[in-house]
Amino acid sequence: MTARPQVGLFATCLVDLYRPSVGFAAASLLEKAGCDVAVPTAQVCCGQPAYNAGDRKSAAAIARQTISLFEEFDYVVAPSGSCAGMLRHHYPDLLADDADFATRASAVADRTWELVSFLTDIRGWSGIDASWPKGVTYHDACSGLRELGIKVQPRQLLEKVAGLELRELDAPDVCCGFGGTFCVKYPEVSEAMVDDKIDDIVATGAATVLSGDLGCLMNIAGRLSRRGEAVEARHIAEILAGTATGPAIGGADDGQG
Amino acid sequence: MNQTSLDFSKNAARAQADADLQSALAKLQRDTRLARPVITGRLPEFEDLRDRAVAIKDHTLAHLDHYLETFEANVTDAGGHVHWCNDAGDARETILQICNNVNAKTVGKGKSMVSEEIALNDYLIANGLEVVETDLGEYILQLREETPSHVVMPAIHLKKEQIADTFRDHHTTLDPDRPLDAPSDMTEEARTKLREKFLSADVGITGANMLIAETGSIVVVTNEGNGDLTQTLPRVHIVIAAIEKVVPRVDDALSILRILARSATGQEITCYTTVATGPKRPDDLDGPEEFHLILLDNGRTKLLEGEFRDVLRCIRCGACQSACPVYGAVGGHAYGGVYGGPIGAVLTPALDGIDKAWPLPEASSFCGNCEAVCPMRIPLPGLMRRWRDIAHTQKLNKTGARRGLALWAWAAQHPALYRFGARISLRLLRTVGRRRGYLRRLPLAGGWTAARDLPTPEGGTFIDRWQKEMPGKTGS
Repeated sequence: MTARPQVGLFATCLVDLYRPSVGFAAASLLEKAGCDVAVPTAQVCCGQPAYNAGDRKSAAAIARQTISLFEEFDYVVAPSGSCAGMLRHHYPDLLADDADFATRASAVADRTWELVSFLTDIRGWSGIDASWPKGVTYHDACSGLRELGIKVQPRQLLEKVAGLELRELDAPDVCCGFGGTFCVKYPEVSEAMVDDKIDDIVATGAATVLSGDLGCLMNIAGRLSRRGEAVEARHIAEILAGTATGPAIGGADDGQG
Repeated sequence: MNQTSLDFSKNAARAQADADLQSALAKLQRDTRLARPVITGRLPEFEDLRDRAVAIKDHTLAHLDHYLETFEANVTDAGGHVHWCNDAGDARETILQICNNVNAKTVGKGKSMVSEEIALNDYLIANGLEVVETDLGEYILQLREETPSHVVMPAIHLKKEQIADTFRDHHTTLDPDRPLDAPSDMTEEARTKLREKFLSADVGITGANMLIAETGSIVVVTNEGNGDLTQTLPRVHIVIAAIEKVVPRVDDALSILRILARSATGQEITCYTTVATGPKRPDDLDGPEEFHLILLDNGRTKLLEGEFRDVLRCIRCGACQSACPVYGAVGGHAYGGVYGGPIGAVLTPALDGIDKAWPLPEASSFCGNCEAVCPMRIPLPGLMRRWRDIAHTQKLNKTGARRGLALWAWAAQHPALYRFGARISLRLLRTVGRRRGYLRRLPLAGGWTAARDLPTPEGGTFIDRWQKEMPGKTGS
């Protein structure tokens, strides 16, 4: 039997701050798929907000920090196509002229994966043991879809969830209007985009909307709540891991914790 | 035109409040989404064709001087004249001079984005010429005193009812009660009006979709045939084209034609594809007596040298505009320049200066759909990001957002402090929001809470909880 691969879990800043349960769900899935999981505690953020704001200097500093923390692992896995795409595609670009870090950036980039695609494409794993007897719909987050080619993988795994009925959106691959700081820089344009997404979600009749990126999900959940829609939003990892027992994103709880 | 890119937000708000525009844009988005899989699905070699087109353009751009000189020599051999023009002013004066040399009174004009770039119509009209747009969409816009909002569907922002009203307002010699409900009624009416103009035009001005170096030919694609009448009926034909339109061989032009219409309108090929070389030869049945080609630089050479070179592969198909959700929300005019949408967000800062256009590259969610559909594989989000780098370095963007981001970036480079700050912020957010699950308003987060509630955090950071629940599993 081959040794269990050592996976560094890059939780992402939004999961760290807003939804730790997604981090635990990701770790649980990785362990079920035969990996040992470690979470370096000095991790912060992938640096994408700075990178997309044109602040390459800060983004490069954050990138060097992340690379130093994660280069010891066989794989780096993130429950986000956006952050995984940042490490995989943009770190090498950002550090191309850095004598010390250029090759280290490429080495980490080559070993970095988005959670769902890692489970299916790298681990060839589909041993889902979860049930969710509801209609769900799935939003293809842009970075995962177009930077990493993640389209069939989440659907393959959702198919294994007992009782789950996937109701596809009319336009699953159209942006939800989040776009990082885009949504606060151009809130009205972003609102029009998320409204189109929500009309599409509501029309499916699904009780839950899933996606692989917490940024998109917070945008969608926040707008669903403002519009008073009954649909709840969750990260796909919670469903696949069978840990979606607490409140949905933004759902009220009993105030503990 | 009046450049208003700095007012993108205001322009966008106006566009979002315009119900007619919104319904026109919704239709464009829907049609585009449905057409795409059909177009690509019917042509298994579509991706290979894209690669081939990219290779052709990259090769040509790497040897642009050679191909432009070859093109010039072949135009001259065919009896035509090539005029090299550095900027908009050069081009306008050269064109006016050609018109004046033949005592032109009336100019018939084919659709040309580059003529928009140099604001040609206003200049010729100010100098006493009558200029008539002969492309149906452009003709409608000329009557309405508007500019194109899309590179291949210039009047896509209008509903057919608005166009009917425009015709009634301007074609006052016709029966005011005539039916104008069907597009065919309007096309017929425009045809009658435009025929009079074709026959009386002294000079025809068109753009060119491609210039073929080995033959000195121009390629013009249209769906109406009006472009053909514009170039063959008048005594003088002036072509205006930017330098990146050249391709080496006829074969290369044919490869690019195969992806152009598919990407632009979802057609396999446009109704008319016209290849023309020089003026009328002795045995030709028709054609102009004089043929002039304006080769315009207007900033291209500078782009060729730098990190924005890839944008010179653009064949102006408009696929990025039709596919962009931001364009779909606000339309082309909101971008405040000649080109709207993703291509405008990259080109307008190059043409007009980043200081006059920095909000455009910011106005993207980086969803990447533009790059995905661009037949020439131009990395549009990447190029927008390069403009953001430049805008950031020049400190053009808002100071409030800048300071917030700088503070965050500083904290992110000090993990211990970041974690301390995160714990405090989370505790505050939990205290305020946990009972409802959402926050409806939050100081300093107005951009978010204007349209959305802010989900309350679950409680505790993941890192803190992991350390507590999984001690020892934190790496070396």
